Amino acid sequence: MEQDVKIRITDREGVTHEVLAPTDMAMNLMEVVRSYELAPEGTIGTCGGMAMCASCQCYVVSDTELPEMQDDEEAMLSEAFYVKDNSRLGCQIHITHALEGLEVELAPES
Amino acid sequence: MIKTDILIIGAGPTGLFAVFEAGLLKMKCHLIDALPQPGGQCTELYPKKPIYDIPGFPEILAGDLTTNLLEQCKQFEPGFTLGERAETIEKQEDGSFIVTTNKGTKHQAPVVAIAGGLGSFEPRKPLIANIGYFEDKGVEYFIKDPEIYRNKRVVISGGGDSALDWSIFLSDIASEVTLIHRRNEFRGALDSVDKVQELKDQGKITLVTPAEVINVVGDHKVDAVVVTQSHNIEKEFEIECDHFIPLFGLSPKLGPIAKWGLEIEKNAIVVNNALDYQTNIPGIFAIGDVNTYPGKLKLILCGFHEATLMCQAAYQIINPGKRYVLKYTTVSGVDGFDGSRKEAPKQVVKAID
Repeated sequence: MEQDVKIRITDREGVTHEVLAPTDMAMNLMEVVRSYELAPEGTIGTCGGMAMCASCQCYVVSDTELPEMQDDEEAMLSEAFYVKDNSRLGCQIHITHALEGLEVELAPES
Repeated sequence: MIKTDILIIGAGPTGLFAVFEAGLLKMKCHLIDALPQPGGQCTELYPKKPIYDIPGFPEILAGDLTTNLLEQCKQFEPGFTLGERAETIEKQEDGSFIVTTNKGTKHQAPVVAIAGGLGSFEPRKPLIANIGYFEDKGVEYFIKDPEIYRNKRVVISGGGDSALDWSIFLSDIASEVTLIHRRNEFRGALDSVDKVQELKDQGKITLVTPAEVINVVGDHKVDAVVVTQSHNIEKEFEIECDHFIPLFGLSPKLGPIAKWGLEIEKNAIVVNNALDYQTNIPGIFAIGDVNTYPGKLKLILCGFHEATLMCQAAYQIINPGKRYVLKYTTVSGVDGFDGSRKEAPKQVVKAID
């Protein structure tokens, strides 16, 4: 379907999944991970997507252009663990056509 | 021993509403929660955020929802054991259960309803290899008794409200307060940020940013922490202190409940059906976000429904064979255990001349 974008997500066990994410359902990357059950329920999206828990932290591997980080995401990442320069919170990345070909790795659970 | 009819584990919205529904059926409730205040996630994580899908409330703040639920159930006089985590459960010969908390408080009830949400909130511990060794030897993740810090040297790390608020509070008690954060920016109420700035200018709080504690040093107790200034790996130094308090927020863990012999799937408790939300152990129910069944939705409004049905089943356990018909509060009113009565105003029957 053309409203879907293709995203590669490497789970916490190191397995890479190529998934189709809809652009027309107001979904974010954390929700895509949950909908494909790529991380056990209860270990991702704990706060529901308010940038308040960092359980959806991921590392952006591709050079896809992403929406700029807002203050609350930056503040949460500054308190999170296992943070790298390419860390983002999945819940703050909304699925749009611009994400075609995005590749991310889920950060470890903490 | 605290005795009650329904022992509810978790004082979030589902648990609080269960108190009301149980009260209508003349059953008394007691709630246990690991957090120091009722409300669960609604008060701990997002008290100031609006919720739009509570029936009848086009918009309500999570904190206000908690206040309302407490008001709604208060005439049924729920008991609370707060700041303690339910640790063990033992079935008694008479069919009742004894639940003991991590602090040894014992509760006995014929029915246990687990309304534990995502689990009990545990502190997020920083990734410091030897930190476990120093727990209760100078490393604390919660501040329970501020007096233990009197005239001591304290290092706090974290960048949120609790790190700011405790730094302010302890600056009057401790001999030295050092606040360490990975960034120069803090996230908290504007007042708190300004106050820390003021105390820093007065020399009552030492701020070390952007920096991170990477090690704890000491012999049987904390003597110092090793700090690295971010973006400058060579620049490591020690800060001598008596206490190190990492405040990196809380994350929910299913915890000891997972070992109670209940069937668990996807970090949730499997309930037999959507009939009464009983678990594989008769007498133990799971309601709200903590349970799972085909078609499950983790919504507060679904938790309310589940709490209501659970109470019907609990009534049958507590009052076997006793007749009961569903009553409407508008018709029957609400009789509190405190002697209060709420009822619809009587209609006036009067001739009009």
